[in-house]
Amino acid sequence: MSESIDSNTMKYKLINLYQQNRASILEGLPENMNRYRDAAIRDFDRMGIPEKGEEKYKYTDLMWAFGKTYGYAFKAHTINVDSSTLFQCAVPDLDTHTLILENGWFYERNNEHAALPKEIVACSIREASVTHAELFAKHYNQQAQEHPESVSVFNTAFAQDGMFLYIPDGFVMGKPIQIINLLRGNNPLLVNQRNLIVAGKNSQAKVIVCDHTLSHQNFLSNTVTEVFVDEQAVFDYYNIQNQHNQSSQVASLYIYQKKGSNTLTNTLTLHGGFVRNNVFVKLAEEHAEAHVYGLSLIDGKQHVDNYTFIDHAVPNCLSNEMYKNILDDDATGAFNGRILVRKDAQKTRAYQSNKNICLTPTARFFTKPQLEIYADDVKCSHGATVGQINEEAQFYLQSRGIGGREARMMLMYAFAYEVIRNIRVPVLVERYGELVERRLRGELSRCEGCFVHCN
Amino acid sequence: MLHIKNLKAGVDGKEILKGINLEVKPGEVHAIMGPNGSGKSTLSAVLAGNGRFTVTDGEATFNGKNLLEMAPEDRAREGLFLSFQYPVEIPGVSMVNFMKTAVNEHRKYQGLEPMSAGDFLKMLRDKKQVVEIDDRLTSRSVNEGFSGGEKKKNEIFQMAMLEPKLSILDETDSGLDIDALRIVANGVNKLKNANNATIVITHYQRLLDYIVPDVVHILYNGLIVKTGGKELALELEAKGYDWIKEAVKV
Ligand SMILES: Nc1ncnc2c1ncn2[C@@H]1O[C@H](COP(=O)(O)OP(=O)(O)OP(=O)(O)O)[C@@H](O)[C@H]1O
Ligand SMILES: [Mg+2]
Repeated sequence: MSESIDSNTMKYKLINLYQQNRASILEGLPENMNRYRDAAIRDFDRMGIPEKGEEKYKYTDLMWAFGKTYGYAFKAHTINVDSSTLFQCAVPDLDTHTLILENGWFYERNNEHAALPKEIVACSIREASVTHAELFAKHYNQQAQEHPESVSVFNTAFAQDGMFLYIPDGFVMGKPIQIINLLRGNNPLLVNQRNLIVAGKNSQAKVIVCDHTLSHQNFLSNTVTEVFVDEQAVFDYYNIQNQHNQSSQVASLYIYQKKGSNTLTNTLTLHGGFVRNNVFVKLAEEHAEAHVYGLSLIDGKQHVDNYTFIDHAVPNCLSNEMYKNILDDDATGAFNGRILVRKDAQKTRAYQSNKNICLTPTARFFTKPQLEIYADDVKCSHGATVGQINEEAQFYLQSRGIGGREARMMLMYAFAYEVIRNIRVPVLVERYGELVERRLRGELSRCEGCFVHCN
Repeated sequence: MLHIKNLKAGVDGKEILKGINLEVKPGEVHAIMGPNGSGKSTLSAVLAGNGRFTVTDGEATFNGKNLLEMAPEDRAREGLFLSFQYPVEIPGVSMVNFMKTAVNEHRKYQGLEPMSAGDFLKMLRDKKQVVEIDDRLTSRSVNEGFSGGEKKKNEIFQMAMLEPKLSILDETDSGLDIDALRIVANGVNKLKNANNATIVITHYQRLLDYIVPDVVHILYNGLIVKTGGKELALELEAKGYDWIKEAVKV
């Protein structure tokens, strides 16, 4: 398990790893991507791996994830199995364009069947950095650079591959795009996946990202996803995290919104030993709207930490945030929601809610709203609760003949449903509902029952 | 049907029920009246199995079974129903799903198959008419945003769905307007037969004009201090509780 190595020593090991492998990390990749690496590793050196107790990591020990020994892949290995034949959508009526990434790599061969409209660009980020050099250069690392996070700069230094998605101006996607991230192998592995999504003016698209592990190795996926949402675009990003309970996942999502754009993000954490989600939303132009949701259902010794930062940089924007967690057994969790309303961001509406249920006395949750409001004409609200199942409600259900266990289930489901019902893909509301119910009943194993069938 | 002997119960070490004796037979309607805080709701909560109250002495059997040992859901499945004085709002649990689950849990207990969706919806429509409850209400979350009167109607609607053997109606009349009172009382009367029984907790004779009791009890300070026929309720209406309180003191 966790080796007794301190974060400083680990930092030097990782920097050393970079220095030793710099040539192969840079090899085959364009200047577009490589030019940020040396600076990033210097930033990483400066920031180190934040220790538990530091401002943004009050309740989360990153060393649980980073303190282990992993292998790294600086080159795509040749694959001889077509992943798309191994994994099929278990839900027939979830009709999506499906893309598969394996250990953070986008293999053309896995994705021949996605049947995407020809207007859409969906390819490896390596490829896009060359074929769409201008678009790539304009957006790559721009947001991550604005919020230099230790985990993100680490990703920038090492990133080899990931997903590039471009929805051109005015294009309205009919079906959602489903991106399935698979981790598998015979050895522990650290994956620095890097994704870039550009949603053009007036475009509309919904992306469903499913994170899975297919073998029981220790994995750490440290993903950075930057999303640029142009004027009047509508963009949804659903992330279903279902990795095994020895794996670690750090996911940093950056969203930059132009005038009148509308985004919805929803992070659903079902399984995963250690999960840290960072969501940064910048409302950069007026009349932009961001809906930021998260739900986690965890038990055992799982740990989930959601950090969000909503930046109201200009007037007349709306942000609406709701995170809920249900913790069983010895699970622990944290929420830190920072909202910044800048001086001139008048008429801002910013709402935040974080509600949590601890089912046992040993499950623990820590919540910290962080509102910084420098404009005076704003509507902001926030609320946070950590509680138990409402006993009066449970008794009411029982008094009608509903068994105690079932009554608790109904109440937990109702609690979770407040997040689920905001999903803007109707069939996904149902699928989420089923997943959540099975997870609450303890019937959902890591992979089975999700959107992919794991062999 | 229901035998209660020397029942004592309280909360956090404070005794509220101080030795209740009560016997209810099939086909009977009992009214329990008594001043605020005398323990009427506590008695119904204890009978329904609310874990907030602790029984310290006495016994209660329901159709020969020891009520006090049963989980609340089993009491309900055995045919006990409590119409809450303050029905609980449960956001996110739809009325339909709530009732479907409740009905099927009752059926499972009786060894019956779950109801088909078609049969269930038909039953729902039929029972809605008993209390003239709005379609709007049954499509919402349980009691969420219901008015006081709507909540009470909803209790009787649930009673109609579950067809209990013994119903305890805890101030079902409070908060009802005159029309609603008549509708609810008629609903209760429609559900009555020779095999079931009702305990009506109320402060007012006007409900008892519709649901005519066979026996009236006065609960005061955790004890049933007087029992009589329906004329006892009229006497209370005319004289208030002071004469009872005086009599108890002596
Ligand atoms: N959970 C509780 N904790 C502490 N005291 C309680 C609790 N529930 C009831 N009591 C007390 O027990 C006594 C009886 O209350 P109960 O609700 O049974 O009265 P009631 O006869 O139903 O009154 P009302 O006519 O006002 O409905 C009151 O003094 C009340 O304050
Ligand atoms: Mg009462």
